Amino acid sequence: MFFKIGAFTFGGGYAMIPLIRNEVVKKKLWLNDEEFMDMLAIAQSMPGPIALNTALFVGNKRLGFKGSLFSGAGIILPSFIVILFIAIVFTRFRDNQVIERIFKGIRPAVVALIAAPLLGLGRSAGVNLKNIWIPVVTALSIWLLNISPVYVILAAILLGTGHYLFVKQKMKK
Amino acid sequence: MELPDLYLALFISFFKIGLFGFGGGYAMLPLIQREVVDLHQWISVSDFTDIVAISQTTPGPIAFNSATYIGYTAVTEMGFAQGYGVLGSAVCTLAVSIPSLVIMTIVCAFFFRLKNNSWMQASLSVLKPAIIGLIASAALLLMNGYNFVDYKSWIIFGAVLVASLKKADPILLIVLSGVAGLLLYPA
Repeated sequence: MFFKIGAFTFGGGYAMIPLIRNEVVKKKLWLNDEEFMDMLAIAQSMPGPIALNTALFVGNKRLGFKGSLFSGAGIILPSFIVILFIAIVFTRFRDNQVIERIFKGIRPAVVALIAAPLLGLGRSAGVNLKNIWIPVVTALSIWLLNISPVYVILAAILLGTGHYLFVKQKMKK
Repeated sequence: MELPDLYLALFISFFKIGLFGFGGGYAMLPLIQREVVDLHQWISVSDFTDIVAISQTTPGPIAFNSATYIGYTAVTEMGFAQGYGVLGSAVCTLAVSIPSLVIMTIVCAFFFRLKNNSWMQASLSVLKPAIIGLIASAALLLMNGYNFVDYKSWIIFGAVLVASLKKADPILLIVLSGVAGLLLYPA
C-alpha cells in the first residue's frame, strides 16, 4: 500500500503534489480535499523536505507511527537507489574531459534555474513593498556576511513571534 | 579521519540540514553548501553545483539526493572502500530524515490545534519571506568563479534564465546547456 506512494514519488519535487493528491484523496480516500490542503500547508511550514513531510503525515494518519515509517521509506528508497547508482558511476568519470566540458555548460544553467522562479515564489509567499527587506537582508547576510543560514532562520522565527508579542501587548493597552 | 568519526560528522551535518531546512528544495541549498563545502570540505563547490544539476534531472527531493551523493563521495574520497561509501549514503539519508520524522509525529498528534495557531502564523509571517531570501542566496552563492568561468557562462545563464521564465522544461534546458558546453569549450 505505502510502496505505491514510493513508486509514484518518482515524479519528484513540487511536480509530485498533484500526483499525491490524486492517489491519497481521489483513489484511496485517505483524506478529504480540505484535510489535504491543510496537511500541505503544515508540511511546507515544517523543516525538512516537503515530499517527506507529506508522506510522513499521510502514513501517520493511516497507521500511526508505524505507517509513517513505511511511507517515509517508500518515498526515500527510489531516489536513494537512483542517486547511489549515479554517485558510483559519476565518481569514476568525473575527471573525464568530455564530462567536464558538459558540466561547464550546465553549471551556469543550474544557477539560472534556481533564480528564475524567485519572482513567482516571492509573490505567493506574500512579499510586498513593506516586507521586501526580509528576503533582501536574509540573502545579503548569508551571501556577503557569511552568516550561517541556521542563525538567519532562528532570527526570522524570533522576529515573527517577537513582533506578534509586541502587537498583542499594544492591543491590551 | 577514522571511519566512525567521519560517519558521526556526516550524521551531525545532515541532521542539522533536516532540522533547519525550512522551505524545502532550493531554500535548503545554502545550508547544505555551508555544511558540506565550507565547513567540512567533503566536496568542491563545482561538485556541489553538479549535484544540484543531477537533482534537477532526477526524481526525489534535493536534500535526499545530496545526502545520498555526498555520503558516498565523502567516504570514498577519503580512500575507504565502496561498501563503506554506501553505508555513508545510508547514514546521511537517515540523518536528514530523522528531524522530519520526529516533528511530523508530534505535529500529527496536535494537528488540528496547530492549524490555526497564532504563534505559528506569527513566526511564518517572517519565515516565509525569509525563505525567498534563502533561495536568492542559494543562487548568489553559486554565482562564483568556479561555476562562471568566462563570458560564455554568462550567455548560458542569461539564455536559460529567459527560457525558464518562459516556462521551458528544466530537464530540456539542462540537456541543451550540456550540449552548449560541449560545443563552446573545445577539448
